[in-house]
Amino acid sequence: MNTPKACPVTAKHITVALVGQPNVGKSMLINSISNAHLHVGNFSGVTVEKTEVLFDYEDYHFTVVDLPGTYAFTDYTIEERVTHDFLCNQEYDVIINVVDSTNLEKNFQLTSELLTMGKKVVIALNMSDEAKKEGIEIDAKYMSELLGVPCIKTSAATKEGIETLLKTVIQTYDQERKEPKLVFSEAVEEEIENILKFLKNHHCELEYSKRDLAINLLKGNETVYNMIRKKPIWIELQPVVLEAKRHIELHHDTDDIKEAFAEEYASFIRGILAETVKINAPKREKTLTEKIDDILIHPVFGIPIFLFFMWALFQLTFTLGAVPMDYIDSFFGWMGDVVGNTIQNDDIRSLVVDGLIGGVGAVVLFTPNIIILFIGITLLETTGYMSRVAFLLDGIFHKFGLHGQSFIPLVTGFGCSIPAYMSARILKNDRDRLLTLFIIGFMSCGARLPVYVLFAGAFFPEEMSGTVLFIIYISGALLGLLAAKVLKLTAFKGIDEPFVMEMPKYRLPSFKLVWHNVYTQTWMYLKKAGTFIAGATVLIWFLSNYPHDSKIEEFYNAKIEQASTQEAKHKLQNELGEALLADSYLGRVGKFTEPLVEPLGLDWKMNVALQAGLAAKEVVVSTLGVLYSLGDEVDEATSSLKDRIKEQIPLPSAIAFIVVIMIYLPCLAASVVFTKEAGHIKYFFYLLVFTSVAAYVMAFMAYRVSLVVLGG
Amino acid sequence: MNLIELDIGEEAVVKKLTASSDLKRRLISFGVMKGAHVKVLAVAPAKSTIEIEAGKMKLALRKEEAKTVEVERV
Ligand SMILES: Nc1nc2c(ncn2[C@@H]2O[C@H](COP(=O)(O)OP(=O)(O)OP(=O)(O)O)[C@@H](O)[C@H]2O)c(=O)[nH]1
Ligand SMILES: [Mg+2]
Repeated sequence: MNTPKACPVTAKHITVALVGQPNVGKSMLINSISNAHLHVGNFSGVTVEKTEVLFDYEDYHFTVVDLPGTYAFTDYTIEERVTHDFLCNQEYDVIINVVDSTNLEKNFQLTSELLTMGKKVVIALNMSDEAKKEGIEIDAKYMSELLGVPCIKTSAATKEGIETLLKTVIQTYDQERKEPKLVFSEAVEEEIENILKFLKNHHCELEYSKRDLAINLLKGNETVYNMIRKKPIWIELQPVVLEAKRHIELHHDTDDIKEAFAEEYASFIRGILAETVKINAPKREKTLTEKIDDILIHPVFGIPIFLFFMWALFQLTFTLGAVPMDYIDSFFGWMGDVVGNTIQNDDIRSLVVDGLIGGVGAVVLFTPNIIILFIGITLLETTGYMSRVAFLLDGIFHKFGLHGQSFIPLVTGFGCSIPAYMSARILKNDRDRLLTLFIIGFMSCGARLPVYVLFAGAFFPEEMSGTVLFIIYISGALLGLLAAKVLKLTAFKGIDEPFVMEMPKYRLPSFKLVWHNVYTQTWMYLKKAGTFIAGATVLIWFLSNYPHDSKIEEFYNAKIEQASTQEAKHKLQNELGEALLADSYLGRVGKFTEPLVEPLGLDWKMNVALQAGLAAKEVVVSTLGVLYSLGDEVDEATSSLKDRIKEQIPLPSAIAFIVVIMIYLPCLAASVVFTKEAGHIKYFFYLLVFTSVAAYVMAFMAYRVSLVVLGG
Repeated sequence: MNLIELDIGEEAVVKKLTASSDLKRRLISFGVMKGAHVKVLAVAPAKSTIEIEAGKMKLALRKEEAKTVEVERV
């Protein structure tokens, strides 16, 4: 049951669609069945795309499709559309309807809709461990009988009931579909009966059972309409259905048939739950969640508390992260020496030591910081605090033209822009979504953290660096808000969309869950450092070493020969390095475009690093590593990149550099995903222009202001 | 009266939903429908957003949305 294998054609193959409301544990359930590592978080809208997981159990090959959670069978948001499309248009054998045992009343609304789809359904009563704790006792056997659909108690957290669930799925797959027992009020049943009679008299045969067909016609289900509209019988059937609908609406005193059916479902569900669920909870006290919320979403202290958490996170990122950094740094230094000593050829040695080891080392160096940042984001995601902050910030966000729920993709953006772009799908309205997509880049992603840590460490004393980091991130976010306001007033004018969001209960994430999330993301960072970044760094090394003009070398070497003091020799040697670097391909490009960045106080090396950063932000650090070590060949071992930056870059220039990094285009991969999510290439060009102009203007202002303030 | 007029801790029964059909359906799927019991749990600064409880579900909604839920105190 554990190893996912490719499926030979001969064996029995079951395709299972995992359907349920958001945040009920669908993804976690798959993780506990197979050894998949799907993303799990404690808020609505973690999964935004369908994912297939393959595994074997007994003699069967399972394909389980994890779908985004959906509250009802509608196309409210894009991710819900994904689920809806899959259920209506794809082939699958069994639906596992995952429900939250602690809130069946709400979850069964969706279940009721699934029962009339003409598919085999198994219900997983998930979170049974929580239900037990809350004193909720469910008679699953009786429930199965009443619904006509197997109901299995499961817990993705404790793995209880997982085997039974799989066995039940196999059983259900092997048997004919049984009609679920969905019972409506007498008034509705009467109308269904009428339509049934009509269908029987006219011998109408469709792939749906007649009862399902009748119910779906009354509910106004589009798929069913599209199917039957093409048949001749429709002409006679239509008036019958219309009349029936009118009766039902009248009966429920509404002009919306969906509302009428929602009320029907609700009373059906109440009936079932009254017979199968017993609650032995002590008299209503405040739940733990409510007690915590009294503090965390306090109208006055809520936001300061959140800001404090953020500050603490960056403080930790810096101070705690610095501990292993020294070891990593000296490890790469040592490795450079050892490996360097075995290589005779000067060029190859420089390529390996300065290029590969130096560049990759500069990126790997920041792994501890990255890990701490990811732990912070994971805790925010898995405890349930995320939705609280969205709640707190909605008022402010709204003023800037953003949707409160935009907070979720924006926070994800602090980790990496790519999943952030995708999670913007939880926003219903296209305009809100596009707006959010445009400002996700303002939330500095994990790959930019190394640049900040490097510069904060270079220019500020250690106890202040964490605060500096915090200020960088916060000002990035504030700039993002400002940008949102500008965009909202110009490009994305329009009405405000509703904000309704479920607040999950607080959950203490298991160590395993946090570890999985952090491990997956850190591993991705390291893998990127070892592949893409290593490649880019080698490229940068070549571009910065060639062409190797021997005339320059001869010219300086002659001078060095003549120099009298050791000091002068030293100085000339440095000059030689600089001159060679300036003459390299990279140097030429950098020099050529230097006039462009000169007003920002950037030299050509920083210019090149920024350009290289368009590929990926980690490359910025590795490029700086290569460029500043080449120009400073002599005392390589004695000074770290941090010290060299401090020596060679004035603070106002460093500030302008950081501002550009904060604002300009995230990276190549993110740009591709952005274009895909935005839906048109033109948005990418808008983004390019928007971020470049914003970065340039802001950096210019930052440079000038700091020149004045710092008196440079 | 509507939801936004309730204070923290007050309970009410939903009388009618006046929202557009999209939002109405979403509210219904959250359990905010005719006859449902709701309770205001928390309000954000300036009452721009409120948190309510409907059944066992906790739900955040903005002032504008809360106004579309007509209720009667109990
Ligand atoms: N105690 C307990 N917690 C669970 C269980 N299943 C899931 N959770 C928690 O519930 C939260 C939601 O889990 P997910 O697997 O992300 O939920 P999902 O249904 O995939 O959510 P969406 O992708 O947003 O639709 C996480 O915080 C899990 O740790 C369970 O059986 N018991
Ligand atoms: Mg999921």
